[in-house]
Amino acid sequence: MKKTLAVLIGLTVAAPALADDAVNIYSFRQPFLIQPILDDFTKQTGIETNVVFAKKGLIERVKREGKHSRADLVLTSNFSDLVQLDELNLTQAINSETVNENVPAKFRDNEGQWIALTKRVRNVYSSKDRMGPLADLSYEDLALPKYKGKLCTRSGKHPYNLGLVASMIAHHGEAQTKQWLEGVKANLARKPQGNDRAQVKAVKEGLCDLALGNSYYFGKMIQDPAQKTWADAVNINFPNQGDRGSHINVSGVVMTKYAKNPENALKLIEFMTDNKAQNMYASVNMEYPVKPGVELSSLVASWGNFTEDSLPLDEISKYHPLALKLIDEVKFDL
Amino acid sequence: MSLKFSLSRWQLFAWVIGVVLVTPLCFLLFESLQGDSDVFSHLWDTVLWDYVRNTLLLILGVCIVSSAIALPLGWITAYCDFPGRKQFEWALMLPLAMPTYIIAYVYTDLFDYAGPIQVALRDWFGWQSPSDYWFFDIRTLPGAIIMIALVLYPYLYLIFKTALREQSFKLVQASQIMGLSPFKSFYRVSMPLARGAIVAGLALISMETMADFATVNYFAVSTLTTAVYDTWLGYYSLTAAAKISGIMLLMLFLALMLERFSRREQAVYERQSGVNSETLYSLKGFYAWLASLFCCAVLFFAFILPVAVLLNYAFAYADQAWNDAFFLYAWQSFKVAAIVCVITIVLSLLVVFYQRIAKQQYPLIPGRLASTGYALPGTVLAIAVLLPLTMFDDRLNIWLEPFGFSPGLLLSGTLFAIIFAYVVRFYAIAHGAVEASFMRISPSLDMASQSMGKSQGQTLTKVHIPLLRRGILTAGLLVFIECMKELPAALLLRPFNFETLATHVFQYVSDEQLELASISALSIVLVGLVPLYLVNRSMEQRS
Repeated sequence: MKKTLAVLIGLTVAAPALADDAVNIYSFRQPFLIQPILDDFTKQTGIETNVVFAKKGLIERVKREGKHSRADLVLTSNFSDLVQLDELNLTQAINSETVNENVPAKFRDNEGQWIALTKRVRNVYSSKDRMGPLADLSYEDLALPKYKGKLCTRSGKHPYNLGLVASMIAHHGEAQTKQWLEGVKANLARKPQGNDRAQVKAVKEGLCDLALGNSYYFGKMIQDPAQKTWADAVNINFPNQGDRGSHINVSGVVMTKYAKNPENALKLIEFMTDNKAQNMYASVNMEYPVKPGVELSSLVASWGNFTEDSLPLDEISKYHPLALKLIDEVKFDL
Repeated sequence: MSLKFSLSRWQLFAWVIGVVLVTPLCFLLFESLQGDSDVFSHLWDTVLWDYVRNTLLLILGVCIVSSAIALPLGWITAYCDFPGRKQFEWALMLPLAMPTYIIAYVYTDLFDYAGPIQVALRDWFGWQSPSDYWFFDIRTLPGAIIMIALVLYPYLYLIFKTALREQSFKLVQASQIMGLSPFKSFYRVSMPLARGAIVAGLALISMETMADFATVNYFAVSTLTTAVYDTWLGYYSLTAAAKISGIMLLMLFLALMLERFSRREQAVYERQSGVNSETLYSLKGFYAWLASLFCCAVLFFAFILPVAVLLNYAFAYADQAWNDAFFLYAWQSFKVAAIVCVITIVLSLLVVFYQRIAKQQYPLIPGRLASTGYALPGTVLAIAVLLPLTMFDDRLNIWLEPFGFSPGLLLSGTLFAIIFAYVVRFYAIAHGAVEASFMRISPSLDMASQSMGKSQGQTLTKVHIPLLRRGILTAGLLVFIECMKELPAALLLRPFNFETLATHVFQYVSDEQLELASISALSIVLVGLVPLYLVNRSMEQRS
């Protein structure tokens, strides 16, 4: 009995053997998205990487682990998490000439507390048959009565939609945004549900004519033989080209305050902002690289150039809680 | 003197277990007292009541639908003979091994507007648009109720059937002699006798339903769990999230207390210790076919169809879905599940035994305390577990620093965190199953044992545990399978590079690409079948 107990305890608290110089990562992004880039990093530098992936709660984990945390980096899939990590004082400044050269100033924190790695546009997809391309469309138009019963979207509370609503507040103020949200809700063909791909699928099936969705999903669907027919049924539109430009969100990275291995972690960040990795983000994940001049995937390039909303991300991010509040007030998801 | 000593020893065990398992929750509730009520009052003014209503309807609906499935199934498989009964008896437990989010995904794919069934109907009848016809919408509250009930009914079925099997036939036979029809006898004799078991089963189902996030989120049904996540991740207020969790637990606590109060003066014991293996009614003709058909239908919708869809994906995407590390993932899942299984059973035996022998006041409190973790949504539980563990680790490092030791995150950074979280979460299952079995052992056996000079410890090991064998096996089975399926706590608390089958499935499911996760999803089901088979065989051998 005692032996068994000892073995049990040994099994549970035996710390996992991690190489001393390895970079440890908490990732909000799915491993299958980042593993190819990490593998390439290991191949080039000989530095191992270890990953814990979760969709929720990693920020709380870093916070509670405090100075004993073994995480060196946190990878996020949207900018509100980057800003949140910074606000909770869980990050340290990334000081690197290479990074500063690779990443334009608007895509990193002034003090280097966070760095964006890739951009994605919040596009509006329109049915090829029933709508055609909508070059002049704006996000504001989605509330127009003429689109009643024609719009599909995922939950209003998903970070991608929250980011969009926060940017509307930043541009138009609270009252006008609430009105806009009420208009959008009135235009919904169905209760918000599913992910961004599911909305395009619904357009293909004729359930709605317009759908909100991130740019890279479109590229990914075209590559997937089973989903290509969905993507083929829609046009991709970049809203607000006539004025402020399309809303963009970013994925990014922070170095944790108590990183045990800041040198190698910095090497990985530099690697991720450099041509090779930026190119992989573009070609494998169909995202827009933050580094200027990195070639887009030919598919993404074929969607054409566009103007992006130039409002700084932390300007938008501070309206996140208010955006959620408005979404609750208009009962967007109910 | 010696009696007094030993009694307080059992009391100590039970209270220590109760207090340790409720610690994470206390930390969370303490968190909820840290002020900032803005977010909470905003929710109160806007969506909270919708959420409360949805939550209550969901729980009520799941309880009704799973009762409608599980009670008749339990009764006919325990008392009636019909074609295929032996096979159905264990096969009907199979849906247990199916994670809820997978069944939800599969059915949405099938019945969605863009799914094959509606597409085929449109082709067939020439309908053009959704306005041309009516078809039920699966992504709704009723849809979610049916999905969850299809996966959770086996709890009730298993516990109810075990109770019927251990019930004395004499009463049912007496009711027959007095001219009651089988239906009336079921309603007026078996049901009241098994009421404790039914409540235990429904309590488990309610808690599991309350904690579910993946399914309701996928079905776009907003419940209190949704509110917990919104407040925490959207408003960045763990405080308000903790408050809402508190409300949920309070609701549950009240419901359980009420039930317990309503049968305060009842006690049902078995005079016989054996198990009935023969049946009472032999169904013939129409009724026999009806019984078989009912079993078939439940089994088909809850298990065969989803597995077939998964198999289909697995073949179509075999080259992308296969992963060389599967055996490692399966082993990790298995290891954690087995450890948790043993721990929860030992703990629940100690606590329930204390409830039985206690002469002090409030003997039920340790068990109630220890069971609360089950109703917390997984990720919230994970955070709640992190709070005390990281605090402990921090203290430990400070204490050991003068001696030149730095153990780092000894508890929160290792498998211990996952195992502790699972024990907190699944203790309630083991407790429910063991308690239901314990209640049927007559106290006269304890007295007999005592009068023969046996100590209480000997009574537990020599008299009770052999009689509890079925209850223990049931508990072990349920906990094991739950551990295999559990996702949010494992995801958030795991050490680096630690992957179970469930976490592997999730990275694809979170991207709505079940095709790529089909093989691991099937493995979860498959590994869950092993204990199902073993437990069933072991139960058969005895009878």
